[in-house]
Amino acid sequence: MTAYLLRRLGTSIIVLIGISIFIFLLLHAIYPSPARAVLGLRANNAQVAAWNKQYGFARPVIEQYLSYMNGLLHGNLGYSYAENQTVASLFQERVARSAYLSGMGLVIAIIVALPLGILQAVRRNSLGDNVATSLAFILYSMPSFALGLILIQVFALSFPLLSFEASQSTSLLTVVGDWRAMLLPILTLALIQVASFSRYMRSASIDVLAQDYIRVARAKGLPERLVLTRHMVRNASLPMITLVGLSLPNLLAGNLVTEYLFNYQGLGLLFFDSLGKEDYPVLLAYTLVGAVFVVVGNLVADIALTMADPRIRLA
Amino acid sequence: MAAGQASPPPLDVNRAPEGGDVGAIQSGWRLALREFVRNRLAVVGVGLLVFFVVFSFFGPLFYHGNILQANLIDAHDPPGAGHPLGTDVNGFDILGQLMKGGQDALEIGFFAAFVAITIGSLVGSVAGLIGGIVDTVLMRITDVFLSIPFLFVVLILAVKYGASVLSLSLVIGAFSWQFPARLVRGEVLTIRERDFVLAARTAGANNWRLIRKHLLPNALGVMVVNVTFQVADAILAVAYVGFLGFGLHYPNTDWGDLLSDGAGYLTDGYWWMIWPVLTCIVLTVMALNFIGDALRDSLDVRLRRR
Repeated sequence: MTAYLLRRLGTSIIVLIGISIFIFLLLHAIYPSPARAVLGLRANNAQVAAWNKQYGFARPVIEQYLSYMNGLLHGNLGYSYAENQTVASLFQERVARSAYLSGMGLVIAIIVALPLGILQAVRRNSLGDNVATSLAFILYSMPSFALGLILIQVFALSFPLLSFEASQSTSLLTVVGDWRAMLLPILTLALIQVASFSRYMRSASIDVLAQDYIRVARAKGLPERLVLTRHMVRNASLPMITLVGLSLPNLLAGNLVTEYLFNYQGLGLLFFDSLGKEDYPVLLAYTLVGAVFVVVGNLVADIALTMADPRIRLA
Repeated sequence: MAAGQASPPPLDVNRAPEGGDVGAIQSGWRLALREFVRNRLAVVGVGLLVFFVVFSFFGPLFYHGNILQANLIDAHDPPGAGHPLGTDVNGFDILGQLMKGGQDALEIGFFAAFVAITIGSLVGSVAGLIGGIVDTVLMRITDVFLSIPFLFVVLILAVKYGASVLSLSLVIGAFSWQFPARLVRGEVLTIRERDFVLAARTAGANNWRLIRKHLLPNALGVMVVNVTFQVADAILAVAYVGFLGFGLHYPNTDWGDLLSDGAGYLTDGYWWMIWPVLTCIVLTVMALNFIGDALRDSLDVRLRRR
């Protein structure tokens, strides 16, 4: 097991280095130097060249990459000249709000999808299963902004129960307390995930139900309730760990669109605003952070699966 | 996939031929097709897709909605005579815009899928066939691209270089080849051990010929399934980019852009600017997902009903 985990860790580090190279090259290609932003539009080429030379943007690409990498390892994500602030401090102001929205979305998605998928597998081809499958199909084909618009129309405009704008407070405690404003964004994010999670859970549970150990459990006279709770649920839930890891890129994209739709001051909205300002240091730093989050999330998911599944642990 | 060259062809054992009427021996693809048309959702999916292709590409031949001349007197007209689905803020005809948006969405969807599957199958087959260090390097690069949130990069490039049908297709395709690469590599890893590959090698085939003539044709099953999902994902990606306001520009239009225009009037009750285009996006993507699922079920021999 240790050998597997070490190999897995090594792969992740190599992928992280690959990501940093990719992001650096992209940044270098579309935003080679902030000289224009610093010196203003009236700076001539000689001044730009002098500035580049002074601040190290005229060095060979390899050297620039190494100093970029050195900065990253010391927590320096770059500087936003549009906001006149370091990118790290910009992220720090907003990360808690985004983490709350995405985290709640993910947790609710799991809490709903896990029992739903299992129930669908146990009662498969019943009316309830067919309805849930059809709903999952529709939600699965729906971009999150479309679902968000439908939810806004129904729960904020037709029946004004909830707010169509997310909480604008900068304090996380107030945001958490303002559930009327946060319920729709969280649901938008959660329901899209529920669609793919429950479909997967359903087919994973059907596979487990066909296993010999389920037949053995039934043959030795175990009540069906215990067959399901002791033998089936635990085995069918395992792939969910991997699935959550794999869904992280979608979670980030959903976060971007949901924050834009509900005007929620998180990282996604910062990314959107930076698109309009062409603030590439922020845009690429967020892409980098997102990619690192995906890699680390998948690594954690694999480790968790190893812990949870004796077949892998003891192999 | 094995369906392409099942030998000997699987026989339908459940249906005993009646009265000495022996069924013709069918190829794997014919069997797959029969399985496909038996699937009701697949037929619905194909029907919807055909509808949207006809609607988008042939609709404008018969229906000439004004989508080019701003006409502020007719702005925000509800559906009625002359404008079956009403008009938008510029007085453009919504039905005409839906057709134009459908053209662009489908063109980008299919072209991006083509780019993705081309890159993906090349990377996957080279990695799988050559193996060793080449395989490791290519797969780590694939991992890198799998980890980078695809939508972010598409948005950044759309902002920097502008969005057109061609640029969006290329960018979306260039960042969604990872899954086909992995799938094709997985297929190639099993196919390359088969006797006919050994035979081809003995006959002097080089790697390139092996990939072209033997590996890719046999991996066609997984590729076909994947293409359908790729098209759906690309159409969704265009909708996301358009909805955030960085999509195609006049005179082109995309569904995401139309929807975001309409969403601005949600509280004004201009429903015709929102729900028709939302329905178009969802139904098109759903049609492709139905087709993809059905193709997977019918091409995967293990899942095929016997």
